[in-house]
Amino acid sequence: MRANFVASEVSSGIRRNLTMTMAVIITVAVSLGLFGASMLVRAQVSTMKDFWYDKVEVSIFLCGKGSDTPSCAGGPVTKAQRDQIKADLESLKPLVDSVYYESQAEAFARFQEQFKNSPIVDNVKPTALPESFRVKLSDPTKYDVVASAFAGRPGIEQVNDQRKILDKFFRLLGGLQLIALLIALSMLVVTVLLIVNTMRVAAFSRRRETSIMRLVGASNFYIQLPFLLEAAVAAGIGAILAVVGLVFVKIIVIDQVLATSFQFTAFVGWDAVLAIAPLMILVGVGLAAIAAFFTLRKYLRV
Amino acid sequence: MILFDGVTKLYANQERPALDEVSLEIEKGEFVFLVGPSGSGKSTFLRLVLREERPTKGQVWVAGKELNRLSNWKIPALRRQIGTVFQDFRLLPNKTVAENVAFALEVIGKPASHIRKVVPEVLEVVGLEGKEERRPDELSGGEQQRVAIARAFVNRPILLIADEPTGNLDPGTSVGIMKLLDRINQLGTTVVMSTHDQAIVDQMRRRVIELEGGHVVRDQSRGVYGYAR
Repeated sequence: MRANFVASEVSSGIRRNLTMTMAVIITVAVSLGLFGASMLVRAQVSTMKDFWYDKVEVSIFLCGKGSDTPSCAGGPVTKAQRDQIKADLESLKPLVDSVYYESQAEAFARFQEQFKNSPIVDNVKPTALPESFRVKLSDPTKYDVVASAFAGRPGIEQVNDQRKILDKFFRLLGGLQLIALLIALSMLVVTVLLIVNTMRVAAFSRRRETSIMRLVGASNFYIQLPFLLEAAVAAGIGAILAVVGLVFVKIIVIDQVLATSFQFTAFVGWDAVLAIAPLMILVGVGLAAIAAFFTLRKYLRV
Repeated sequence: MILFDGVTKLYANQERPALDEVSLEIEKGEFVFLVGPSGSGKSTFLRLVLREERPTKGQVWVAGKELNRLSNWKIPALRRQIGTVFQDFRLLPNKTVAENVAFALEVIGKPASHIRKVVPEVLEVVGLEGKEERRPDELSGGEQQRVAIARAFVNRPILLIADEPTGNLDPGTSVGIMKLLDRINQLGTTVVMSTHDQAIVDQMRRRVIELEGGHVVRDQSRGVYGYAR
């Protein structure tokens, strides 16, 4: 194998076919950029899940004066009921990590704090807010165990899982990620078709060389290698551009804009970018090489 | 060197075979003219030897190998033993004379030191010393064909296939090309040349195989072009 010769063939091939090569580079960059972005959204969702699921609680609201659910038919919760519920919750350890009792007064104080700029505070009396148990689970996915044990019990108005509210949000993000992934996949299909066409043009424009190579007994590998490398180099440049774009998204969009505006949540770190970047390069170069290989098998036959 | 055993070649969409039950043998070191009108099967014969086509029926043996049983990845090794020259020279216009010859060695992975040594040698054999840096469009037809012959011969093939090598050349230039092919033959390479050039065949007095309508109608050692008709 003569590395110099192959390298000069590749560079002359790219120069001869510059416009098509540019098109390949750009489509690879755009499609892989979208692919990387969708992977990043996925990593973001999982980062947020880790962050939030640690903080979510199951709220067990107890019957108050105005409660009208069937389990509250016996009027406001009695002290005996409340003590029994607390004891039952404690017995669910280790699934139940900790139990915190919030009285009506505490609930009202928290409510005032949350809505301190809103006139609604003036219209709400402390007794309108239910007392509750705030339960933290060691495994937040096992919410059903708590719900089935307590929901509908006399003295309990409602069992609420905060995770359900978060899940709606995560489903939205998941949907966005899926759309980005679908667009990325269709762009990758476009990229493959473009590479196939580029290889056809390249094979045609160099048919003199390849026909002579065949005649003097060059192996298929040697005839096809410059074309394969050409496709791989173009795809590699495109993939690197896509990775650079991803790094910019991480630095500017995530670290400087989102993370400073939304400080209450966690954002993906560099470890996610580091995991996605090699995948992007692998997908880009691999796809190009495979597309080129199958095209050349058809157009550069022995 | 070459053995055709009952070889028939029928192209798709054609009723009449291009070659019909052809059997013949060409020995190592021979110089053979392949003559006959257009469409008589000369080109098909040469393409079968190069394994660019496979016979519909029969066996083709080249350099001790039966080509039907030769797997695809071994075809390059076969072609490295065969030099080929065409009527239209088939040079690369953007490469110099020396680069055109070197190309044939580069693409089969020969080391640069070997190429630097043998390219000037072969250019001397074909009489192109001093023109190494010219490009094909700066050369006459005869000189271009010499470059093509140098390229075909640089790897010292055991067989040289020449498909109407003088077809585009004037008679005076053709004589020079024939002398060169004769010299290559005397260096030990078997030469098979298809031609329409009566003067050359009559002058050389070598073995003549005449094809017509896919049949061998004459096979004569020390023959002339039009003896049978």
